[in-house]
Amino acid sequence: MNSCPAVTIMLSDAWLIARKDLKLEIRSRVALNQVIPFALLVLVLFAFALDPDRGLLEKATPGLYWIAVLFSGLLAMQRSFAVEAADGVTDALRLSGLTPSGIYLGKTLSVAVQLLVLEVLLGVGVAVLYGTSITGWLLLLATIVVATAAISTAGTLFGVVAAGLRVRETLLPLLLLPVLAPVLIGSTRAFEAALSGTPSEGWPWVGLMSVFAAVYVVAGIFGFGPLMEES
Amino acid sequence: MTTETVGSVEASDSGPTSTGSRTTMILGIITLISLGVLVLFGLILSPADANQGEAVRIMYVHVPSATLSYVGCFLTAIGSVVYLWRKSRWWELVAYAGAEVAALFTALTLATGMLWGRPTWGVFWVWDARLTSEAMLMLLLLGYLAVRRLAADYEVRAKRAAIVGLLLVPNVFIVRQSVQWWRTLHQTPTLSLSGAEIQGLMLFSLFTGFVSITLVFIWMVIHRFRVAWLEEQVDAEGLDTAIAERRAEGLVS
Repeated sequence: MNSCPAVTIMLSDAWLIARKDLKLEIRSRVALNQVIPFALLVLVLFAFALDPDRGLLEKATPGLYWIAVLFSGLLAMQRSFAVEAADGVTDALRLSGLTPSGIYLGKTLSVAVQLLVLEVLLGVGVAVLYGTSITGWLLLLATIVVATAAISTAGTLFGVVAAGLRVRETLLPLLLLPVLAPVLIGSTRAFEAALSGTPSEGWPWVGLMSVFAAVYVVAGIFGFGPLMEES
Repeated sequence: MTTETVGSVEASDSGPTSTGSRTTMILGIITLISLGVLVLFGLILSPADANQGEAVRIMYVHVPSATLSYVGCFLTAIGSVVYLWRKSRWWELVAYAGAEVAALFTALTLATGMLWGRPTWGVFWVWDARLTSEAMLMLLLLGYLAVRRLAADYEVRAKRAAIVGLLLVPNVFIVRQSVQWWRTLHQTPTLSLSGAEIQGLMLFSLFTGFVSITLVFIWMVIHRFRVAWLEEQVDAEGLDTAIAERRAEGLVS
């Protein structure tokens, strides 16, 4: 794989950008102090809305879990581009000579890492707060990995579509959430299959989400350059 | 920044100079006549269905508009590809016109479908694969139009809209596929041409519907394109005049 120099450069650029973004998140603690509390808040709000005593929460756990991931993930994605908007960093990034596809992959990676942390915490949250008993670990983990890839690849691509515009906070959800609908369906169904003890029904959904992620990785690698040129 | 792009337009592309022309006027007249024929066959001559009753007449508009909403999306995707490839302003506007008309036809499909669903299923909305994927298509188109109408530079707006427009087709495909297996609420396909229940006058009425709705679609896309094109010309001209005025002011003082 590393025989092609362009690929090597792209991957090392991606690694640089991902490390930069994650370091930024660790130091600024916005994800820790705002995004994660927001995600937990969503879980608690669902409990208020659906009356914990009726057993609805446990039944609806997969759907509620992934809605919470999507909503709080949106914040992480918006932030991923908001940090570039200030002080003309976008121009600096363009002048840096990093390959656009590398920047795309790096941003995707850093968003994916943040989403994974968020998902683990939310998983603990639903287990504790909703009393959901966790079964089918392998399928759950595979779903989380693939769905995270799908959400972050599409999210980063649409993130740059909305980046640098005055209306970006309102535009990104409008663009991204319909696009992510199949991922929401797939991940919810896979979780339902895992939690109900019939994992074989869940694996086709994991496959679907892998296809989705692959489509967006390709679209992102080729589309990010033109989009970055004038953001 | 805008002036550069504006200046290159007139040199590279030649476009319409008005919204109407002889050909489209004839097309419009044919469209009106075909709509009259559709009303005649759809509402008067064709019989009511044994199961669905009078509501079946909605199908003559509903099925063609659903098909054309997909055609509109493909038009947008094609226009977006050519824009990204050749930087052709003409095709960018074709994509825009296609998306706007597609959004209209998607809305029409949803509205007529709901009107049909109420008497037939007893409810306006069912979480059926087709309904859901069409609704998602509507939302995706609204997203495209939102990007296209951004208050930003032409280049920024057009390029971003083109990427979104390009992604419309795989999205439509993925959404359609993913909801196909969704839940067991799935209704049996109600409207299909292969069904033996559509025969004779009903089949002919549906055919008339396809012809006339397609004509409406073509007429609308052409005119939407022309209006959009002329709008851009007016903008460009307005800008040129403003710049000339400023220059003149500068020379005087």
